Amino acid sequence: MLMAPREAYGQALVELGRENKDVVVLDADVAKASMTILFKEAFPERFFDIGIAESDLIGTGAGFALAGKIPFINAYANFLLGNGWDQIRISVCYANQNVKIIGHNIGASSGKDGPTHLPLEDITLTRVFPGMTVIEPADGIEVKKAVKALAKHVGPAYMRVGRVPIPVITKEEDEFQIGKANVLRQGQDVTIVACGVMVSKALEAAQALAAEGIEAEVINMHTIKPLDKEAILASVSKTQRVVTAEEHTVIGGLGGAVAEFLACTRPVPMRMIGSPDRFGVCGTYEQIHQVLGLTTEKIIEAVKDLMSS
Amino acid sequence: MTASSKSNEKTKTDQARKKEALEEAKLIAQKMRRNILLMTHHAKGGHPGGCLSATDILAVLYKCFLRIDPQNPRWSGRDYFFLSKGHAVPAQYAVLIEMGFLSPEEIKDFREVEGRLPAYPSCTDTPGIDMASGSLGQGLSIANGTALAAKLDGTGQRAYVLLGDGELHEGQVWEAAMTAAHYKLNNVCAIVDYNKLQLDGALDEVKTLGDLRAKWEAFGWHTLEIDGHDYEQIYDALVEAERFKDGPTVIIAHTVKGKGVSFMEDEVGWHCAAPSDEELEIALKELS
Repeated sequence: MLMAPREAYGQALVELGRENKDVVVLDADVAKASMTILFKEAFPERFFDIGIAESDLIGTGAGFALAGKIPFINAYANFLLGNGWDQIRISVCYANQNVKIIGHNIGASSGKDGPTHLPLEDITLTRVFPGMTVIEPADGIEVKKAVKALAKHVGPAYMRVGRVPIPVITKEEDEFQIGKANVLRQGQDVTIVACGVMVSKALEAAQALAAEGIEAEVINMHTIKPLDKEAILASVSKTQRVVTAEEHTVIGGLGGAVAEFLACTRPVPMRMIGSPDRFGVCGTYEQIHQVLGLTTEKIIEAVKDLMSS
Repeated sequence: MTASSKSNEKTKTDQARKKEALEEAKLIAQKMRRNILLMTHHAKGGHPGGCLSATDILAVLYKCFLRIDPQNPRWSGRDYFFLSKGHAVPAQYAVLIEMGFLSPEEIKDFREVEGRLPAYPSCTDTPGIDMASGSLGQGLSIANGTALAAKLDGTGQRAYVLLGDGELHEGQVWEAAMTAAHYKLNNVCAIVDYNKLQLDGALDEVKTLGDLRAKWEAFGWHTLEIDGHDYEQIYDALVEAERFKDGPTVIIAHTVKGKGVSFMEDEVGWHCAAPSDEELEIALKELS
């Protein structure tokens, strides 16, 4: 089954709005794309369009938080982080405001809109902030749980939400806790740590590898910060090898976070699947994933490379 | 007593009350100026020029308008004040001392590792400071957010923001100006400390603001222009901002950088510099 994370997000916001009157939603003229339009229709008095002004959007959100509201603020991830980074740094993180920043159209979501519209750097740009929580759910079901969890969590947070329908691989009954990774598949030969759509590809890769006698452990690292270090350590202590996979640059993202941790605690051979040091291209979602090497095959290759080295 | 004579009586009392309050504000401002100089002298750094230009405005605003509680700085019903030109924070510390949020002994902590008075505003360190600033351009957006929340809940709270004139080069200010006008935020009042000097020199030489009044008016703001050191004018403008119901109000306050200290007035060098021992002595004499 496929589900677009943004649709799950829009629906979850409406449920949340019903449960919690303090939730307000701010958008930057992308309500139809971010699906916050569902919230706007349900609770027009608590929806605020700030227009195409991401810096102001972040600041206005911080003001709402200061006044005791729980603002969910929305824009395309590339513009949000590009234009609003300093505002997130000072008005949200340094000021420790309870703002939920939602980056939309992440990774290859915007497809043929091409490089300017393909955010491949937003995890890096947000995880550097002290006190910031960074989340990328693996599928639509997890998006809904993350929205609820974010509303309860007190403090600055960033969440990535994709536009394109992706496989649903988690179950309604699975536990979701910010900062606690979910081990989706047990294995003793290699650890694959993934987030977002790459979790489904990691599972596919694990299945294919199993047919060749390689048992991969797959960890859904939906929270990139704070990183679940215990889960990583427990797994690599067993497997001694790790591959990371993310729809994002390999510089400073999930792979970077895992590498920073392991390099200083338990260095093990490692490979990173993600966008190399380059911009995206115009193309379909799948074409861009091919060009950037964000594929099941690349994960399999990386695992085999590790196994043979 | 007739209705009109009653009304005259009331006006008289209002006038007397205003006069008394403004006399107190003047005394507060004088103490603030002394503390600003003591702070920057002790820290051997800071921005005295832009503190002194804003001092009279802050004294009137805090003394006569802001509904705040020093016993409960996070009181949820408070009015908000945001110092968007964060480098003038010694002026805010100085007024917070006078209002009872901080103790006068704390001035030695300005810019120090220990204590509660960092070089730029920090809402996680200092009671009475509602938002971090230090990167210019961010305060008006914050004010809008609090004002929208207050309207949503019907609390009647107001949000004030003090902007530097050089700060108006920042694009976010104008994004936020559009937002406030669009949502008709009559509970937002922006004050521009128009002292006409910035770090690199005269504002008009670095980058002119052109017709500043026309700019704010074009952005849909109720625009007032005053002498930012005339207590009556400051007071009346803030009353007018409260009274005006159709949208946000901006008060363009013409000020003098370094106001109150003869050798600092209108001198760009005092944008960012600490007084020496001798200079402090002269300045304190002038302010006694």
